[in-house]
Amino acid sequence: MSVQSPVGSDHQLARLLQIGVVLEEVVEARAAKHTESDLDDEELTALLEDASEESADHRKRLDALVDELDAETIPFDEIQTLVESQYESDRDFDGVLYDQLCNEETAYKFYDDLIEAIETSDAEFSIDRDRLLGVLREIREEEEAGAEEVTRLMETRE
Amino acid sequence: MNTANQYLKTIYLVQEIEDGPASTGAIAEMLDVSPASANEMVGKLEAKELCSHEKYKGVELTEEGIVRARDALQNYCIIERFLYGVLDVENFEEEAKQLEPVIDETVAERLDTIIDREPQCPDCFDAEADACALLETDTAD
Repeated sequence: MSVQSPVGSDHQLARLLQIGVVLEEVVEARAAKHTESDLDDEELTALLEDASEESADHRKRLDALVDELDAETIPFDEIQTLVESQYESDRDFDGVLYDQLCNEETAYKFYDDLIEAIETSDAEFSIDRDRLLGVLREIREEEEAGAEEVTRLMETRE
Repeated sequence: MNTANQYLKTIYLVQEIEDGPASTGAIAEMLDVSPASANEMVGKLEAKELCSHEKYKGVELTEEGIVRARDALQNYCIIERFLYGVLDVENFEEEAKQLEPVIDETVAERLDTIIDREPQCPDCFDAEADACALLETDTAD
């Protein structure tokens, strides 16, 4: 395996999609933990709930792709337990927003790199390449919009 | 994708194994690339003052190169621990190498929120075993 082709087979593609699922699960679990704490801020709570729903939708779409590659994903409750075991609960408004921005930006960067890796790979996958890239590009756009939404809320509170 | 960081990490590890400058042959072998490719990338890293290369002696990282190499090694440790601990991947060393170019530091930081890693990371990395010496695997002694 050379350093130039990280997505050269169904197996490698499935592994990267599994990582995408875990990232979405981390976002969902962390957003849920944030809303559990007494934030006392309707706008922030709504933003976290939207983010959590969006992540759940993304992981289901990724799950479906992983399934087509005859692989399995990690169940949400397992990741939720891992997140909860290391979660620091004493977060204030700025801390929660910053964490959410990191979530969105990380997911955006991950999908951006994955799309680039698939585009530059000449491997044949058992999933139709155009459909695969179509799903990933849609998710990437939603992550970008999510990051913009968090940034907008940060700016209005300055 | 950041292959430069992969090279810096590899030079760092080869220097550790050889206890001195890293030969381009050993760098190429560890990365599974041709010696010509390794030479080309070393030249690019040298132009950025991240390493120095003396013919017949080998490659040495500069201070800035060491900082970047250690960051890349830490990301690599996160990927290995994540693959082994969360995804139950047995062949985690091999797969971590394949994934390294598409998992940058921001993504690694998020994965780091669900794994256990020792504070001395990356000093506990065993270059010859290509894994953290403190990572307890089923096959460990």
